[in-house]
Amino acid sequence: MENKKKLNFKDIMINYGVIIIVVLLVIYTGITSPNFLSVNNLTNILNNMSSRLVIALGIAGCIITAGCDLSAGRMIGFGACIAGTLLQRIDYSNKFYPEMEPLNIFVALIIVMAICALFGSVTGFFIAYMHVPPFISTMAMMEIVYGINMIYTNSTPLGGYVTAYTNLSTGTFLGVSYLIWIAVIVAAITWFIFNMTRHGKYMYAIGGNPQAAEVAGVPVNKTLIIIYAKAAAMYGLAGFMLGAKAGGASVNLGLGYEMEAIAACTIGGVSVSGGRGKVSSAILGVAVFEILKAALQFLGVNSNAQWIALGIIIFIAISLDIRKYVARK
Amino acid sequence: MAEYRLELKGVSKSFPGVKALDNVQLSVRPGTVHALMGENGAGKSTLMKCLFGIYKMDAGEIFLEGEKIKVANPDEAMKYGIAMVHQELQPVPARSVAENLYLGRFPVKKFGPLQVIDHKKMYEDTAYWLNEVKMDFDPKAQLGSLSIGQMQSVEIAKAVSHQAKVVIFDEPTSSLSDNEVEALFRIMNDLRDKGVSMVYISHKMDEIKRIADDVTIMRDGTYVGTWPVSELTTDQIIARMVGRELTNVYPERKNKPEDEVVLEVKDLCSIHPRSFQNVSFNLHKGEILGFGGLVGAQRTELLEGVFGIRAVASGEVFIKGQKVNIRKPADAMKDGIGLITEDRRGNGIFGCLSIKDNVGVSVYNKYLRAGFILDHQKINKVVDDSIQMLSIKTPSMQEHISNLSGGNQQKVIVARWLANNPDILIMDEPTRGIDVGAKHEIYEIMNDLAAQGKAIIMISSEMAELLGMSDRIYVMCDGKMRGEITEKEDMTQAKVMSYATQF
Repeated sequence: MENKKKLNFKDIMINYGVIIIVVLLVIYTGITSPNFLSVNNLTNILNNMSSRLVIALGIAGCIITAGCDLSAGRMIGFGACIAGTLLQRIDYSNKFYPEMEPLNIFVALIIVMAICALFGSVTGFFIAYMHVPPFISTMAMMEIVYGINMIYTNSTPLGGYVTAYTNLSTGTFLGVSYLIWIAVIVAAITWFIFNMTRHGKYMYAIGGNPQAAEVAGVPVNKTLIIIYAKAAAMYGLAGFMLGAKAGGASVNLGLGYEMEAIAACTIGGVSVSGGRGKVSSAILGVAVFEILKAALQFLGVNSNAQWIALGIIIFIAISLDIRKYVARK
Repeated sequence: MAEYRLELKGVSKSFPGVKALDNVQLSVRPGTVHALMGENGAGKSTLMKCLFGIYKMDAGEIFLEGEKIKVANPDEAMKYGIAMVHQELQPVPARSVAENLYLGRFPVKKFGPLQVIDHKKMYEDTAYWLNEVKMDFDPKAQLGSLSIGQMQSVEIAKAVSHQAKVVIFDEPTSSLSDNEVEALFRIMNDLRDKGVSMVYISHKMDEIKRIADDVTIMRDGTYVGTWPVSELTTDQIIARMVGRELTNVYPERKNKPEDEVVLEVKDLCSIHPRSFQNVSFNLHKGEILGFGGLVGAQRTELLEGVFGIRAVASGEVFIKGQKVNIRKPADAMKDGIGLITEDRRGNGIFGCLSIKDNVGVSVYNKYLRAGFILDHQKINKVVDDSIQMLSIKTPSMQEHISNLSGGNQQKVIVARWLANNPDILIMDEPTRGIDVGAKHEIYEIMNDLAAQGKAIIMISSEMAELLGMSDRIYVMCDGKMRGEITEKEDMTQAKVMSYATQF
């Protein structure tokens, strides 16, 4: 009997260890600094989560096919800069295109996403048809996109956005920020793609066993290109959101976000060996990450030491996650 | 001297929800080959993993030369002189033979204050041990450039170099050609003469009869008994393994092949000069067509070429009289062909996905609403029906395929192709690595499909299966078609072998 109890405890720790740690941390932080659980702060956390979730959902698709995407961070910066150049006030002194009327924000968003998707499809082409490993091809694209962005913007920071654009961050619908709504809609669409379309099923199949997918008639190459293009479009969207939030953009916006997104996905249970992972995994991972950052800040932990805590959480989370599959043997 | 070299007593091992081993014993005499038999899932591999400390046993004892030992990991087992030649070899193919042999125990020499690897000694010693197992290839050769049979002899040489007293062979012949099997048996006989004890796990009855002295039979994780091999007939062994008499190994055919030719292949050539060249054959409706030959005869390559997995340089393929141009598997599927590959784990199953996704993957195209939304209701029905029809043993279609036995996994793959309703089904080694009971079920399924008017191509390296199931047999050797056997009475082992060895 006692043995059984012990085993259950172990199982619970393996399955929910990280969540338990985070919940305990939230409770502790909530008690010591009550402001942590204020509506204001929680909204703030959700706001921060919104763009991170969009990135993580994009990268999750790549990871599920046993790939990754290192170009995400630079693509975000690129997206934010393109959006910035298209959405500056006509009377702004440092305007990038001085003569141009600012575009409608939806038109600008579509342009941003389309350009990023184009670059993503090139990455996908090299992964699918040239068999360049995802790690390498996305790294190559990371460099290319960064270079293009610097040439495009002359490395000057952008600002002076039209209110319609910054409203995206300040405005609310039903009391909830537009940014959060965007993240919710993207999560819903991604869930639909992952679960209700053959593209989603093909994605899991390719991640599970690419050779078998080929034999089973799955259009592997086409699917891979779509996945990387789709992911890049989502980074573009995330850059668009971050630009609105910051009210400006520079070429270094989004630097390192790809690593955070990959970490968040894996913490949530998207397996880097492919074939496993859900939308809820990405949401969970991003939530753990952002809550942890906020809680440590409230506890007054040295901001440099927070990086160490994040690293430790990644170690613990992945070790526990791997155990789920090891234990099955 | 103890009566037994190696003894396992009262071994029990449970996994969550399953009792994998229940009070199992094994006693191996010195200088003998001891066959360990049982259907897949009977617990043979689990027992061996317990012996090697890969699994921790719940209860039980291990005696070596009458002395009780404890083994915590494979390394320790090696130190006691217990070695294993794996069912799936786990070497380092990118490194040399010598490095593989001395992996983890490289000979070293002093180089000033440093200890460096003594390559000269390593190569010399490797050559010596290879010679011990009557193999003479270069110790510096890259392991990956060898055939599977040669790699296996490297493993054996490794075991010998460890002065192993007990060597375990876990299905060593499953991917060997007949010549290589002969070579293996020669080595085993040598080792026996030197007093080495061997445990031999295999499904192949004729091999057991030839090489083994004693046989221990297991069933469902329990010990059935141990007998001298000479005292049991093949039928008796099978009966003890399955716990029932298998009266007819190959079920009765229900139909005769029709005259209609559904597939005709003319002068098909691979882009690789050493693969299939100028091969022609035809396939009739309702027929089970056997493809015989030695391992390496390029049968798999040929049919994967037909299916669009491998590149074809020239030749023509006709389906029901229509010339078709198959460039990729999706084309073949559109033309009504299905392919169950030889390497189930490599390019058959999706291990981390459910049964439903494993079946559904080839038909997600067909069940869409509004052109892009998956119709889960219809897909569920298709999957459910095939689970019923093929009697796939699983709690639900959401179960991960990796939790099923090999036989049931194979049935899931069959279900995947049937969901696509092909006219032609290519089955490459359809019963490899699955147990006797499940084999029989696969044969029944094949017969039913033929009776429904489907045409089946079966590649088989198991002679009995090839002769027992086929309506007609093509035999290949070295990439070329060497013979066609059309009459039942001509279907003999001798005839097939004579074509298969026309190099």
